[in-house]
Amino acid sequence: MQGNTACAEGALAAGCRFFGGYPITPSTEIAEHMAAKLPKVGGVFIQMEDEIAGIASVIGASWTGARAMTATSGPGFSLMMENIGFAVMTETPCVLVNIQRGGPSTGQPTMSAQADMLQCRFGSHGDYSIIALSPASVQEMFELTVKAFNLAERFRVPAFLMADEIIGHMRERIEIPDSVPREERKPLTAGALPFRAGEDMIPGFPQFGKGYGVHVTGLTHDERGYPCATSPSLHEDLVKRLVAKVESARHDIADYRVANPDAEVVFITYGSPARTVEQVLHDNPDERIGHLRFRLVWPFSEKALEEFPDAKVFLVPEQNLGQMAREIERHTCIPVVPLPRFGGALHTPAELKKAVEAWR
Amino acid sequence: MTYSDWLRADRLPHIYCAGCGNGTVINCTLSAVDRMGWKKEETVFVSGIGCSSRAPGYIMTDSLHTTHGRALAFATGIKMANPDLHVIVFTGDGDLAAIGGNHFIHACRRNIDLTVVCMNNQIYGMTGGQGSPTTPYGALSTTTPYGSQEPAFDLCELASAAGANFVSRWTSFHVKELTRSIHEGLKIPGFSFIEALVQCPTNYGRRNRFRQVMDQVEYFKTHGILVQKAHRLRDEGLPIPADAILLGDLIRRDRPAMGVRR
Ligand SMILES: Cc1ncc(C[n+]2csc(CCOP(=O)(O)OP(=O)(O)O)c2C)c(N)n1
Ligand code: SF4
Ligand SMILES: [Mg+2]
Repeated sequence: MQGNTACAEGALAAGCRFFGGYPITPSTEIAEHMAAKLPKVGGVFIQMEDEIAGIASVIGASWTGARAMTATSGPGFSLMMENIGFAVMTETPCVLVNIQRGGPSTGQPTMSAQADMLQCRFGSHGDYSIIALSPASVQEMFELTVKAFNLAERFRVPAFLMADEIIGHMRERIEIPDSVPREERKPLTAGALPFRAGEDMIPGFPQFGKGYGVHVTGLTHDERGYPCATSPSLHEDLVKRLVAKVESARHDIADYRVANPDAEVVFITYGSPARTVEQVLHDNPDERIGHLRFRLVWPFSEKALEEFPDAKVFLVPEQNLGQMAREIERHTCIPVVPLPRFGGALHTPAELKKAVEAWR
Repeated sequence: MTYSDWLRADRLPHIYCAGCGNGTVINCTLSAVDRMGWKKEETVFVSGIGCSSRAPGYIMTDSLHTTHGRALAFATGIKMANPDLHVIVFTGDGDLAAIGGNHFIHACRRNIDLTVVCMNNQIYGMTGGQGSPTTPYGALSTTTPYGSQEPAFDLCELASAAGANFVSRWTSFHVKELTRSIHEGLKIPGFSFIEALVQCPTNYGRRNRFRQVMDQVEYFKTHGILVQKAHRLRDEGLPIPADAILLGDLIRRDRPAMGVRR
């Protein structure tokens, strides 16, 4: 099965019943698969007039209680930014898939990249936090899509599947389970204020059509949901809660894989470069070479770095100029070495091996 | 007024300026909804950004106050995901025809079962009076200090050409007629578009020789001409004044529609 098809199958298994989007290489197969499958399970597929409308329709659908998603790549992702902020501000669960290609601009439509990792985290205006997952296999395109839905529902945030073109278009054998884990968004308790959050910082969801009579706005709002855009303390409290509900859970929801924890030279990866590192470890069985692979990239769990107490260097092969390397650097005192390889060319096992040797 | 319990009393007073025409349109809309006998819990109001788009915040139903220009795309998601909900969109001339123009023509083309009420004050009210796509040629605004040099959009022609099932235009002077046409729009499956010309004394009227609020309402009254009369004049070969505002139900048809209640 192709990675993009596995993503669509994961979405269907997770209960996704609404897809709104606009075609773009290399993500289009996801829309096509959803167009074929959703009507058969009572869901809705709609091809919107652009990606701005795609994400808008997804947010609208989510307020009716539907699990909803869109899929795109760089140029479409850029168009979605304003409404991503709207989803954050209104605490709307939704899933966005970005099958990353080379940018900036139209760039390289058919070539793999991981250059939207910071845009995904910071691209909309204002301070906020989101959740992002990065699959490194076709199996993970399925699994992590399911996970993205569950995290979006639980935290009431946009959750991103930040895949790259290689994983999106790769074909591998996968196992589809009979059922998948399912987390529901917590409904609003009758009579409770719609935007008042308890200890977990996540308010109950007042689904449209259930008689809550909720006003939902992208303006800074009080716990009733009413606009109040001039109080510094209200705004500060709201933004801090929106960030904290995700960031405070970062170790709880951390999802990564560790190989050779006693190593001194440690690769840190996510997405397809992980495959090359695995090849290096396979070809050179050597416990002094470690590998930390993030499946969940945002919120970044810096505790994962502690899995390698003897590390003296982190090598970070990415298909960009060093986006996640910057984040890792913030959390460690040892050298962090970005190993950029992009434009569609892949890291070779030989060049990664050479990078290890430079630190021996 | 039996529909006053649809107002969100704990949010009053509202933000509108004294003499603003938007309140009239909200009243007419709620009156039409009341005539439909719809329940609050099955009705959703959606809007973009602007003075006009603040209207849903004063209504006691579920409502989504979205981003500038995008209300119709959000509303499309709501209506397609749950066709049992009645979805009404409030928008402004800038929201609908400038930044949201593409969503407007596509929502009309899809003929999605929404009722869209546009409060056309021919200006960007909320941001202090910049020119909009419906600012009349020659009119003054903060960004057209020498008079607008751009031809204006006819929103109803646009909706008609793009495929809406029902298209109507009235003004804040024509309260009864506006209410009746919104009611028609709510009844008709498919995309219903009602344009309500409204006075914005703060940012349009005072710059364009409507010194008093009522001067512009009076203008709507004296310059409005019923579509039937316009057709008769045309058929008789008589002139239609260049500054006439064509009023009435302009289109009523039965194209296939999307998102209609099952
Ligand atoms: C993307 C974006 N661009 C610009 C604005 C600023 N803005 C807010 S309201 C508005 C114009 C509203 O005009 P209209 O839709 O006619 O509504 P009115 O206030 O006249 O009722 C603009 C430009 C914004 N909120 N978002
Ligand atoms: S600025 Fe104009 S449109 Fe806005 S509330 Fe005042 S009068 Fe109404
Ligand atoms: Mg306006």
